[in-house]
Amino acid sequence: MTTMASVSMPFASGLRRLFGNRAMLFGAIILGIVILAAILAPWIAPYAPNKLSIINKLKPPSMTNFFGTDEFGRDIFSRAIFAGRISLLVSLGVVVISTVLGVILGVAAGFFRRLDAPISRLLDAMMSFPDILLAIALVAALGPSLTTVILALGITYAPRLARIVRGSTLVLRELPYIEAAVAMGLPTWQILARHVLLNLASPILVQATFVFASAMLAEASLSFLGVGVSTDMPTWGTMLASGREYMNNAPWLMVFPGLAIVFSVLSLQLLGDGLRDLVDPRLAKES
Amino acid sequence: MARIAQALLKRLGGMAIVLALVVTVVFIIVRVTPGDPAAVMLGSDATPADIAQLREKMGLDAPLLLQYGQFVLGILQGDLGQSIFLNQPVTTALAARAEPTFFLTLFSILIAVAIALPVGILSAVKRGTIFDQIVVTLTMVAASVPSFWLGLILIQVFAVGQGWFPASGYGGPETPFLERLHHLVLPAVALGVVNSALITRFTRAAMLDVLGDDYVRTARAKGAGEGRVILKHALKNAMIPIITVIGLSIAMLVAGAVVTETVFGLPGVGNLVVSAVLRRDYPVIQGALLVVAAIYVLINFIVDMLYILVDPRVRL
Repeated sequence: MTTMASVSMPFASGLRRLFGNRAMLFGAIILGIVILAAILAPWIAPYAPNKLSIINKLKPPSMTNFFGTDEFGRDIFSRAIFAGRISLLVSLGVVVISTVLGVILGVAAGFFRRLDAPISRLLDAMMSFPDILLAIALVAALGPSLTTVILALGITYAPRLARIVRGSTLVLRELPYIEAAVAMGLPTWQILARHVLLNLASPILVQATFVFASAMLAEASLSFLGVGVSTDMPTWGTMLASGREYMNNAPWLMVFPGLAIVFSVLSLQLLGDGLRDLVDPRLAKES
Repeated sequence: MARIAQALLKRLGGMAIVLALVVTVVFIIVRVTPGDPAAVMLGSDATPADIAQLREKMGLDAPLLLQYGQFVLGILQGDLGQSIFLNQPVTTALAARAEPTFFLTLFSILIAVAIALPVGILSAVKRGTIFDQIVVTLTMVAASVPSFWLGLILIQVFAVGQGWFPASGYGGPETPFLERLHHLVLPAVALGVVNSALITRFTRAAMLDVLGDDYVRTARAKGAGEGRVILKHALKNAMIPIITVIGLSIAMLVAGAVVTETVFGLPGVGNLVVSAVLRRDYPVIQGALLVVAAIYVLINFIVDMLYILVDPRVRL
């Protein structure tokens, strides 16, 4: 039994990792395409995203309009590419804000025993609010704009990162080299910067990828509800919201922006899963 | 028994602290509005007199600490304030819209669990097979689908295309109860399917964790049937992470309900919140936030208590 297990386990585990890495590679390729399309939008989009052409309204997908046109004759393909810019920009901003807040709160709670209880209870309270609900309440309070959506979602997702960072910091704090650094009288900020933060990079990277995916879904939901980014540029959420009225006759209005969301979020999930397996192979069996 | 009572008291204390913080966060959110919340609510056409009147009505003239005290006192008395646009108490507005949201959340979680438990268990038991790989892939895809988009597709196929279900609405109080529930089938499926992804993954992972354990092997060695080994020995021990994720999913379902209710035109709490946000009806927003967060804290408490019932070794 033992011999069988010892022979079959590395093979099975090798297969699993290969499968996992393939999935991660697929995620990275899709995300790469989405990012490249967003960056190169002005050059690769065949039409300006807001160019009206009433005579071409609600045209099905064709060689001139790959994803068809909307109720104002605007090219869905071009709009979907430009919408990716807003979605990526918002999600990236959310990741930066939630990471900064999450690291500050998580390290403070994990490293300084006195701060642990109050910060942890605050995180519990923040996590009691469903993400979309907290985000729309914050957007309502701050007013809808690109900055406030990023800020609202950043605050909403910060506790998720803080929890992970706190947990990892609690483990790190007890390690001999940190104790040695404390005993040597190294200033706290140096211990945190050199020994704690550096070792937190992997769990933060993994969690940040999942926050990126959640932020993308949340941004689409906020835009769909009409409480999202207020801009002239289309977003996938606003494209779905405006296409709803015509979905009986022009289903492509909801198919393509929806697929753009699904593929982008899926790529991030695959990437996050793969990164997590690489960082902590014990978790690989869960995926 | 004393152990359970002690754990109960400890968790109740923790719950009270979190609830106090929830109230404080909700109070702060409305106060971070740049400028005057009363002016923002009434819009650009409001006269200074109108704004002053609303400020007085909302108690915004009082010092911040006094406002906070009045806010907490009101909550303790079951008073969540007055909706400016609906011209009725927030509690009344929330209660009037609770039914569709309650049943939508209930059916969604039932659908999610009904899909996730058997699929997650089977996927773990048949680990590495094509079935398992399909499940892993599908759960990943389902977790990436916005529930409102799935809702739109379901409307297109089953309401507009087949005509099996209504595309939107809920019916009034005069509509028979079963007919009202009929309106919830598509939204509950949309929310339930999307949320089943997370529960399936956790069920699979939790089952994989226990299926290799010694007591499972012992049970098999003693000649227990495979069904008994999986359901009695393995599943029972995998229940804690599964219960946790089901509890978490209820909070996610409430968040999903906000958007799904809008897609299906359901007159629920989510729809109320969205229209309150569009009209800057702050008392409704803060009341809904407070109630939903309190429900979440309560669910967490119940989940913690369930841990003790499921696994007597758990110390809280």
